[in-house]
Amino acid sequence: MRPFECDGLSVYRALPLMVALPTNTGQVREILKTCYRLGVPVVTRGAGTGLSGGALPLEQGLLLVLTKLNRILAIDPLNRTARLEPGVRNQAISESAARYGLYYAPDPSSQVACSIGGNVAENSGGVHCLKYGLTVHNVLEVTVLTIEGDELVLGSEALDAPGFDLLALINGSEGMLGVIIEVVVRLLPLPETAQVVLAGFASSEAAAATVSEIIGAGIVPAGLEMMDRLSVEAVEAFNSPGYPRDAEAVLLCELDGGEAEVAEQMTRVREILETQRASSVTVSHSESERLRLWQGRKNAFPAVGRIKPDYYCMDGTIPRRELPRVLADISAASSRYGLAVANVFHAGDGNLHPLILYDANQQDELEKAERLGAEILTMCIEAGGTVTGEHGVGMEKIDSMCEQFPAAELEQFHALKYAFDPPGLLNPGKAVPTLHRCAELGAMHVHGGKLPFPDLPRF
Amino acid sequence: MRTFLSDSLRRTPVGREADEILRSCVHCGFCNATCPTYQVLGDERDGPRGRIYLIKEMLENNAATRETQHHLDRCLTCRACETTCPSGVQYNRLLEIGRAAAESSVKRPLTERLQREFILRTVPRPALFRQLLSLAGLFRPLLPVAVKKVVPESVSKTECWPETTRPRKVLLLEGCVQPVTAPRINLAAAKILDRLGIQAIPATGCCGALSHHLSREEKTLATVKSNIDLWWPLVEAGAEAIILTASGCAPTVGDYGRLLEWDRNYAERAQKISALSHDISAFLEREDLGQFANSANGDQRIVFHSPCTLQHGLKRAGRVETLLEGLGFNLNPVQDAHLCCGSAGSYSILQKKLSQQLLAAKIEKLEEGEPAVIATANIGCLMHLQSGTGRPVKHWIELLDQQSG
Repeated sequence: MRPFECDGLSVYRALPLMVALPTNTGQVREILKTCYRLGVPVVTRGAGTGLSGGALPLEQGLLLVLTKLNRILAIDPLNRTARLEPGVRNQAISESAARYGLYYAPDPSSQVACSIGGNVAENSGGVHCLKYGLTVHNVLEVTVLTIEGDELVLGSEALDAPGFDLLALINGSEGMLGVIIEVVVRLLPLPETAQVVLAGFASSEAAAATVSEIIGAGIVPAGLEMMDRLSVEAVEAFNSPGYPRDAEAVLLCELDGGEAEVAEQMTRVREILETQRASSVTVSHSESERLRLWQGRKNAFPAVGRIKPDYYCMDGTIPRRELPRVLADISAASSRYGLAVANVFHAGDGNLHPLILYDANQQDELEKAERLGAEILTMCIEAGGTVTGEHGVGMEKIDSMCEQFPAAELEQFHALKYAFDPPGLLNPGKAVPTLHRCAELGAMHVHGGKLPFPDLPRF
Repeated sequence: MRTFLSDSLRRTPVGREADEILRSCVHCGFCNATCPTYQVLGDERDGPRGRIYLIKEMLENNAATRETQHHLDRCLTCRACETTCPSGVQYNRLLEIGRAAAESSVKRPLTERLQREFILRTVPRPALFRQLLSLAGLFRPLLPVAVKKVVPESVSKTECWPETTRPRKVLLLEGCVQPVTAPRINLAAAKILDRLGIQAIPATGCCGALSHHLSREEKTLATVKSNIDLWWPLVEAGAEAIILTASGCAPTVGDYGRLLEWDRNYAERAQKISALSHDISAFLEREDLGQFANSANGDQRIVFHSPCTLQHGLKRAGRVETLLEGLGFNLNPVQDAHLCCGSAGSYSILQKKLSQQLLAAKIEKLEEGEPAVIATANIGCLMHLQSGTGRPVKHWIELLDQQSG
């Protein structure tokens, strides 16, 4: 059972009590009913590519793996929807829809492997979410089973459904409210044309400033991504997508739509790049060239594994205008800790993915990486941002949630969970910290080594 | 990924190598997406990431179980995961280490041991294999359908290769299965080389892949050494390359240098042999093939199945396709071309069920555009595919040979 002890965040590990690999929803229901009766906690897992430890098993719990439920139940080209089992791979949706000229827009970097159930549970983002929204904006209906085994259909194939918008609630619920057994997603027509431009810059700050210039000019790119020198080195070593190795940072800006629209916007983007003194500009002139340019970005995380054995991927979000300053702060913190940080991120959304490089076999490096990570998240909150953009909170950022939310709000989250899962058996201990946990941490903002309210007793 | 290998293991060359490979894996799971067995089974333990983890556990705790071995056995060694892996994990090498470790500590049931022993004692020996197949051919009408499919209707005799002396000479490895079941392939290669002014000298022997994949290291090394002894005088006599028409053999011969790097008597020669070895597509790419341009069959649709050893093992994805298209052949596109057909050497015998599932899926994809001929580059895939389709399956080199020039 060892291979199931961790998901994409392999520093957190726990051997589950048992693993279930059901092949149909009837079995899922029976498993849940049994666990409910016996009071056994259930952690649901999809492809296990999550980066926040959301599918980290519990030693006294059952791991419910839904990868065998991987059928595409229906594609409706007229309504432009697809009905899917939770284990369908994200990319497989677009591949199957392609014959109708349609695709599924949210595209996390792990889209080749990650599954739609997990995408909904974590409300995954992706390169193209700047223009087309996160998972929540592209899902029409979700069927879940409660811990009692009851079936709930949230949302509908229509644009709105009566009652509270529980569909939005289930997106990003991290397996804590119900087990997703079916998803209806919205499909979009493949754009008439899409073109990507790759630009190199002499500094990360210059690249970050360009991001704001492009958005400020009223252009909504399909994707607007940034990578720094370290990540460029890594992907060039993997599949040589042709990124400029001499640049300190590169921007990838994709424009899609009608031919004329794309051509006109491309001209404007190129003007902005010129004004911002981009050191190199490459524009894709064919579909294969466009895909090749994206191949670098899509493989950037694991490719960084070529530089150091392990990386710790952060996922904070900040207001776009803060990009240059926060990037400079991260770089300063990186030298202070003596750990390299590679930046690969959704610049257009202000969604940072600093990858802290370390060697897990050196015990102190992991601790250092975790401390640096927490510091980066604090920077994000202080800049007016949040501790997660698209990877979810899971286990990884649970302590940062104490910083992000006051006790009263956390209590409301718990009340919400209680409404769906009274015995608290679904993925307990993830995403929303108990007040206990926060108290133990003191919900600390540690500035200059000083604890707030040092005279208060801590336990 | 963090590892906990014991210091004593880490001090051995194999332990160090395994540790390095394990640590290069970041556990992202991208590999599962292109793993044929994970596609069929949907179980973490039947994908590369899970197998890496099983090997990690086995090496860390020095405890191999029958179950671990079962999941490692199910790997096709197609190496699609290596093509997908952004972190550059050398999965295949790790699997070799893991399989060897499991083999040495877990005792297989008698039936499995007999099955493996039988394969190893017959298939790599062309003379014996030929006799067995002829015998099976006699009883063909009485055989169960499943067996009948793999027994050819008639076993052809070896035909004579061109005997013209040419200034340029190469060794052409005959292989073990191929000269018995499809001697026409090497004949075609020899004729093509002859037309290019190159004399093909037959080199006999099995490359050693079969025993290598079954973790029989001693047998493999003995085979490799005897091959080197056999081929070396021919290399010294001036052969400029060792050509392989079965892409399944090429990665193994290319690995001779590494397999014998510790052997003082063989290391140097093994390295030279590896450096000289080429899949025939790699060799022909550098020659002027104008005379083989497709003139007659312009309208005939062909589909090319790229063997895993060619696209993932040798990293030559798309190269044969480009070569054929450059000569005017009409190639159908193939969906999921990265997936294995299920042949994978002895896999089609040892993992029958999975192998058949993969075969059915592959045939469906290949036949989508109603091709007249299915072309491939490896004898194992060729026979396996032929057992699942009524359309002719040929080595692409035969297509070239058919061009009158």
